Amino acid sequence: MHTQVLKFLRRGQVVTLPAVDTHRTLLEVLREDLHCTGTKEGCNEGDCGACTVVIGEAVDGQLQTRAVNSCIKLAHSVQGQAVWTVEDIAPTLGTGVSSLPPEGAVPGLGQPGAAATAVTLHPAQAAMVACHGSQCGFCTPGFVMSLFGLYQSCQGQPVSRGEAQAALSGNLCRCTGYRPILDAAQQMHTWPVALINETEVLSKLELLRQETPGPQHDLAYKLPKTLPQLLTMRSQHPQAQIVAGCTDVGLWVTKQHRQFDQVLDVTQVVELRRVEDYPHHIAIGASVSLTDAFAALVADRPQLAEFAHRFAGLPVRNSGTLGGNVANGSPIGDSMPLLIAMGANVVLMAWRKNRVVHRELRLEDLYTGYRTNVMAADEVLAWIKVPKQVGEATGISALRVYKISKRFEDDISAVCLALDVAVVNGVVQRASIGVGGVAATPVRAKKTEAALLGQVWTLATVQQAMEVLRQEFSPISDMRASAAYRRTVLGNLLQRYWLERRGGADTDLQQLSALEVAA
Amino acid sequence: MSALNALAPSRLQQSGTSIAHDSAVAQISGSATYLDDLPEVRGTLHAAPILSHIAHGKLLGVDASAARALPGVVDVVLAADICGSPLLASFMGDEPIFAADTVQHVGQVIGLVVAHTVQEARRAARKVQVKIEALTPVLTVQDALAAKSFVLPPVTVRRGDAQAALKIATHTLEGTLEVGGQEHFYLEGQIAYALPLEQHQWLIYSSTQHPGEVQHWVAHALGLDNHAVRVECRRMGGGFGGKETQAGHLAVWAALAASKTGRPVKLRLDRDDDFMITGKRHPFAYDYTAGFDDTGRLTALQLTMAVNCGFSADLSGPVADRAIFHTDNAYYLSDVDITSYRCKTNTQSHTAFRGFGGPQGVILIETLMGDIARHLKRDPLDVRLRNVYSDEVVPGTELKRDTTHYQMKVEDNILLPLLSKLELSAQYRRRVQAILAWNSANSVLKRGIAITPVKFGISFTATLFNQAGALVHVYTDGSVQVNHGGVEMGQGLHTKVAQIVADELGIDFHKVLATASDTSKVPNASATAASAGTDLNGRAAQFAARHVRDNLAAFVCGLDGCGAGAIRFEGGQVHSPKASRSFKDVVSMAYANRIQLWSDGFYRTPKIHYDKATLTGRPFFYFAYGAACTEVAIDTLTGESRVLAVDILHDVGRSINPAIDIGQIEGGFVQGMGWLTTEQLVWNDKGVLTTHAPSTYKIPTAGDVPEHFKVDLWPEPNREDNVFGSKAVGEPPFMLAISVYEAIRDAIAQARGDGQVVQLTAPATAENVLDALQSP
Repeated sequence: MHTQVLKFLRRGQVVTLPAVDTHRTLLEVLREDLHCTGTKEGCNEGDCGACTVVIGEAVDGQLQTRAVNSCIKLAHSVQGQAVWTVEDIAPTLGTGVSSLPPEGAVPGLGQPGAAATAVTLHPAQAAMVACHGSQCGFCTPGFVMSLFGLYQSCQGQPVSRGEAQAALSGNLCRCTGYRPILDAAQQMHTWPVALINETEVLSKLELLRQETPGPQHDLAYKLPKTLPQLLTMRSQHPQAQIVAGCTDVGLWVTKQHRQFDQVLDVTQVVELRRVEDYPHHIAIGASVSLTDAFAALVADRPQLAEFAHRFAGLPVRNSGTLGGNVANGSPIGDSMPLLIAMGANVVLMAWRKNRVVHRELRLEDLYTGYRTNVMAADEVLAWIKVPKQVGEATGISALRVYKISKRFEDDISAVCLALDVAVVNGVVQRASIGVGGVAATPVRAKKTEAALLGQVWTLATVQQAMEVLRQEFSPISDMRASAAYRRTVLGNLLQRYWLERRGGADTDLQQLSALEVAA
Repeated sequence: MSALNALAPSRLQQSGTSIAHDSAVAQISGSATYLDDLPEVRGTLHAAPILSHIAHGKLLGVDASAARALPGVVDVVLAADICGSPLLASFMGDEPIFAADTVQHVGQVIGLVVAHTVQEARRAARKVQVKIEALTPVLTVQDALAAKSFVLPPVTVRRGDAQAALKIATHTLEGTLEVGGQEHFYLEGQIAYALPLEQHQWLIYSSTQHPGEVQHWVAHALGLDNHAVRVECRRMGGGFGGKETQAGHLAVWAALAASKTGRPVKLRLDRDDDFMITGKRHPFAYDYTAGFDDTGRLTALQLTMAVNCGFSADLSGPVADRAIFHTDNAYYLSDVDITSYRCKTNTQSHTAFRGFGGPQGVILIETLMGDIARHLKRDPLDVRLRNVYSDEVVPGTELKRDTTHYQMKVEDNILLPLLSKLELSAQYRRRVQAILAWNSANSVLKRGIAITPVKFGISFTATLFNQAGALVHVYTDGSVQVNHGGVEMGQGLHTKVAQIVADELGIDFHKVLATASDTSKVPNASATAASAGTDLNGRAAQFAARHVRDNLAAFVCGLDGCGAGAIRFEGGQVHSPKASRSFKDVVSMAYANRIQLWSDGFYRTPKIHYDKATLTGRPFFYFAYGAACTEVAIDTLTGESRVLAVDILHDVGRSINPAIDIGQIEGGFVQGMGWLTTEQLVWNDKGVLTTHAPSTYKIPTAGDVPEHFKVDLWPEPNREDNVFGSKAVGEPPFMLAISVYEAIRDAIAQARGDGQVVQLTAPATAENVLDALQSP
């Protein structure tokens, strides 16, 4: 068991915990050490959102606030950051959330004889009460914190129903059916504005930073701040468990009860938190959150927005990193089929003989088997390089990614198929196809690509390729789908792609609305 | 209507309004305490369960030495440590507390590891070596039927002569249907905290829908009288039936660990363990033959239901009975023959879940209505309307089409007007045509629409449970506490009861505090279940408050020399013909004059009776009705589906709290939608539940709820004398989601276009929908 000091900012004060086990989660520390039981454990795996808290940190001189799952977040990962729980956001608590003087009439709580509110509530809280958004109340703190995160990110401005759904995609409620919670999200802006005092929080974070000693090799939980620090730590501690957002490793701790002698947390490595823009590609640092990574990908290819929304829930996207998803190499990780189809490369780095060495390889070549890869013990996945789109504007190529899962939001793919086929003068000039859920690793569908390449882009060609795609892999039957379904639907998704390229056919369920129904 | 008459309209200031849930502000600020949030008593230990990894086998031995060697571990508790009965005091007495000689499902609890922290206990529990000699498991109802493996004997309900009627039927349809179970997924997992007190007395904190049963089970396991065990529950983080009997197991386990160690023990299940251990909604398989005429009117039904009960009886008997009771749903069944097999399988022991077998009865007949319509190329709503209960005389008899197959007359029938109103407000006919046109122009995506009704019987079918008690305490400052036998699980029971009490005393809602359910306050309370929480406890509380009010009225009469009927309690004032005084002043004066300021109240549901042997009589006080119109779309390439619009018209009688009632309707609908679309329980061929966490078991999210989700309330009070004229609302709306399933089947039928019956296994996952599209 390894313990070390943990310091973070909460309610405007530095919380100092002198001896926190390195394998404990933020939720455990909040509930057991700080006795703040407002934050709940619903599933202990980041899938229900009852444990949602908001984390704040200084990014390029600005305060960035994000809703995350505290149940799978290792406590030491919030070292030097600010934390808000459901107990911390009422403006009158003096916890960094300030209520501006109300403009005009102050909406009440919408309940007759409201004697209940000795403290003023945050708009997210007040709207939840007014809209009857809580029943059993156990998921409620998590919803409130996701709403608080949404409120902060849109600075108290109105949000659309779609934005509310996206912000709540990682929160499960079993009582309400969500309508009143979505209403609350859309009504928050009608209460007096209550925003975090960013200047104050930033200055306190800076003070905290100054009093925190730099990264120490001898600590069990290592938090390097720079790439050289990371690489040297890695070379000296090749057995340390690397973690980023901990959205998978967190479950090894909470569910499998694994304990690590040493943890190497890459999330505060400043170089790897960047998205770098080059003429022909973007380079995404391994510590960039899925939220920011997808934002960069969507900026270049807007058609990926829906897929990005469907990748886990928002709190997981806020914590998890694209680099972690790729390095973890799960066969059902959703980013890899997409990155394979996009022709992405990964850059591995190591500290050898007092200098940084690196190598670059195609993403699909990273994997050697089920969750195994080519990385040496001292190597770190540092960058993911994604080519920018070419030929989409002219209609020569079109990248699409399809995900089949039981639930639309926050689910794991039964199959995931990403395709980019370039057609010039009616002939397939390039075909790039990534597939997930059909093999021990994410894979490139090379045989299917070959079946398309150089062929005339017709239904007959596509139908042949559909058969090749169905036979190219040997998927298993499991709780997500049968092998037969996976094969069938893989082919059918290629057909969907052909129909979409051809145009005319309506193939997107999400774009439909009800017919003839009165509002 | 006497309840309404008893309360003059001007005094109805709290009931009928959408007061926020009494804990809403505490919930949104994180200060509402759930069991795990309570401060822990000094010396508290934590337990974690040791689970069977084999579905069926001989338990040869348990080696806990590796677990005991781990840091923090205090003790290990096994079956051999139980001093009293090794069996739980469950209904049938067929369930061991800890598996002793045999294991009967993967996840069965063999014992507990007790440690200083939860994490230490859980880590150590995984190190316990359990030696099991595997035996052949029974994993499906088909296997159980073949092996005659039952937890209870089969039950048959008959009316008329189904076989004869089938022979002369113009049309017949044979079919099978499989409908999956459902995990409750209460957000707060199962938890109990057992504290040994002095002189062999116990305090049990339990997240339970049935504190009285927890009390009885714990006392039984410890060999004590019931009076030695006090059980308290302020609130649950969701129940849905999953904490009716299942909470008792946790409490007994925690109490045994506390008994052995002499220390307070808390047992909080990890979510995965909760999935593996506790029972779920019963999966059903059906086999049926139906006869009907050219108009779609059902003339005969022969039905077999195979109920997957899991390894023990638990509540499977009454669940399976309720499925039989609800096989008619809204429709008159003339000649009917239903046999229900209560199959024993080596899986979790399935249990109560919102609807309690009702949904599994309703879905069968609704499926049949859809099939008949497609077979006859008629509109499914027309076929439904052709079959609903009515005053029409059955030809050649003096009987009317108004009596259920269990011989209960449907006296409060509003099905026809309710369906007609929804048909109009949802623009059903126009949309059917629009969808037909749209589908003919689209090849990949197809739309479907359906209206399905629900008629749900309200009362516990076990008549004895239909009783309730309450205590109302008025303090000298005029503030009031109410305590009753029901438990708050989010449904707003405490809020509604406080509204009722406030009205009875003519005071503000916020002057009434509903307190934690506690077996030492109201004894022998029934489970908070069967949607009857407000009906039973609300009335008991009303009577308790009325007794106090009568005492106060008599006192004021004495002061002012008037008759008791002349005293009015309203707006926080007590008015006599001579004077108006504040409630607080009257209370204070009454106390000084030694007037009793507290009282009990007791209620038993009238009119109900039934014969358990034949399942006939009047099991229900009244029916709650509703109907939903749902439009969906499916993707014929993948089988994916999406709900596009929902219109609901539901009958809650005269609503005590419209916001709370609408919350139950919407929440019930979405939960039902999950049951029939994304929520799939998968057991592998070894009997292991492989969907044992929210990563693999998918309840609906906010993104699954359509923007057009409209709920209207039927504007008529309960025709029976129920509290405030209201109707029960917890379970009935769940079945409105069968409209989602029927709309998906409509879309599949339109995509197939072959006029064949649609064979869709529930839940309608993408895979099951694609199978239904492609099946021959």
